[in-house]
Amino acid sequence: MTCERVFFTFEITEDSHLLPAYRKRGGYEALEKAIRGMQPAEVQAEVAASGMRGRGGAGFPTATKWSFLTKDAPVYYLCCNADEGEPGTFKDRWIFEHSPHLLIEGILLACYALNVRHSFIYIRGEFDLSYRRLMNALEEAREAGLLGQSILGSGFSCEIIVQQGAGAYVCGEESSMLSSIEGFKGYPRNKPPFPAVKGLYQAPTVINNVETLATLPWILTNGGAAYARIGSEKNTGTRLFGISGHVLRPGLYEQPTGYRLKELIYQDAGGIAGGKALKAVIPGGSSTPILTAEEIENLTLDIDSLAGAGSMLGSGGVIVIAEGTCMVRLLQVLTRFYAHESCGQCIPCREGTAWMNRIVTRILAGKGVAGDLERLEGITVGITGNTICALGAAASMPVASFLQKFKHEFAYFIEHGRSLNDGRLEVKL
Amino acid sequence: MSCLTDKFDQLRKIYPEEIKSSMVLPLLQLTLKEKGHLTESDAIFIANYLDVPAMQVKEAMTWYTMLYRAPVGRHVVKVCRSISCALCGEDRLIAHLIKKLGIQPGATTPDGRFTLLEVECLASCGTAPAMQVNDTYHEQLTEEKIDRILEELS
Repeated sequence: MTCERVFFTFEITEDSHLLPAYRKRGGYEALEKAIRGMQPAEVQAEVAASGMRGRGGAGFPTATKWSFLTKDAPVYYLCCNADEGEPGTFKDRWIFEHSPHLLIEGILLACYALNVRHSFIYIRGEFDLSYRRLMNALEEAREAGLLGQSILGSGFSCEIIVQQGAGAYVCGEESSMLSSIEGFKGYPRNKPPFPAVKGLYQAPTVINNVETLATLPWILTNGGAAYARIGSEKNTGTRLFGISGHVLRPGLYEQPTGYRLKELIYQDAGGIAGGKALKAVIPGGSSTPILTAEEIENLTLDIDSLAGAGSMLGSGGVIVIAEGTCMVRLLQVLTRFYAHESCGQCIPCREGTAWMNRIVTRILAGKGVAGDLERLEGITVGITGNTICALGAAASMPVASFLQKFKHEFAYFIEHGRSLNDGRLEVKL
Repeated sequence: MSCLTDKFDQLRKIYPEEIKSSMVLPLLQLTLKEKGHLTESDAIFIANYLDVPAMQVKEAMTWYTMLYRAPVGRHVVKVCRSISCALCGEDRLIAHLIKKLGIQPGATTPDGRFTLLEVECLASCGTAPAMQVNDTYHEQLTEEKIDRILEELS
């Protein structure tokens, strides 16, 4: 575990996800080192030195998030957010399927650092192989004395409870996830109070993404300073970039932050399918604003670089779109998604996502009317900032950015009742 | 219900008493697995078992998409329709399934074998297009692959 890889450090074989193989890779050495020789505050300091920013999408510095926890509370909880549902994102699945112990060790390290005795993994209900491999790994860990009462014979005890979701995108939003874990429908909650002050069952709670937690063993093994040397300065480390859509070799690639987006598309993923030209890229999961081919020319995969280009690195799910793709139809796929996933709590989002979907669907059916584009823009403004959680904004950003960058395609569709392109989403080979 | 209660009791050992409300979803999921779909009486049974408000369980039961409240076929075919799968030919595949099974998404075949659903992102974007049959993922689908998968199901 010394090269610049945190995850792709081993060959995937039939048993590489099991405990013996993980141990052979140096697994649970970081946990042992921490429990036997470090104070919780020292573990926190290592994570702070790493400069790691959360991998769930918002990119908040992990150690800072931890530091917001109310001091001296009787109970703390940790929730691992494994409700991976942002379209274009499939990295957590890889961790569950191929290195579940990496996550378990990471959770235990975080729990040790933060004085947590009960932690939760909120895993998507759809995940099947992931769930089975996780449950098996927890069983292995328990039998080996790595989980439960007095871990490794120390005074540190910690439980991990796995909670399965039941098909709700919004439950990936942290406060919605807490509602769901508490046994309610997944309505997000107003902030403040933030979960670090009042989270699960009103106790201070830290919520971290799977990839974030699974990085902790590397940081504790190699040191925060070593981690901070990887990637770009303000956005350290490597990331699991998922690339999908119109590329020759879609899949998951681990690269340091600051990696060139074009390199990911043209080298790692083999370029655009069918030898087509690049039309656009959605760089960080379907909610992030779309970028045109010209805009990504010199872009690097870095939180600040993408923010500078008016988009977001988000969850690292890069969706590539080839020339000839009908942007009206593509946007309808997105508006349909958000209309389906709005939880129904805040009226601007509940109504707005449905209105946006209705209008885009109408345009796609050749029944768009004058004023539709202005109406769409108006709705995005009406939703953004007026909802409890970020789903409303997540639904608005694609609409606003598609209209800003491909307005002529929408105007053409309304005027002629048909697509400016051939109306397809798939690349014609 | 007695065999279900045994399973409920097993699960209860994992959850400390002060967080028993967290068992609402797991118990709904357990019941669903046993019975195939959920009804209002299941929600009330769980509420009584946990001593939590019935409305809390009913709300949860009706809010999550994976908690079926009507009978479904022996095999539930869930086709991902989100962006990456859409870019890789989901429309072709769903059209193929509609023709092959003779039903629209949301419906069940008259013999009770298949329920066809279009669902949102399955997190198989790198191996799109994808579908899930009951719990099992099938990825990098083609029409031929779908035919083979369906033939193997009883």
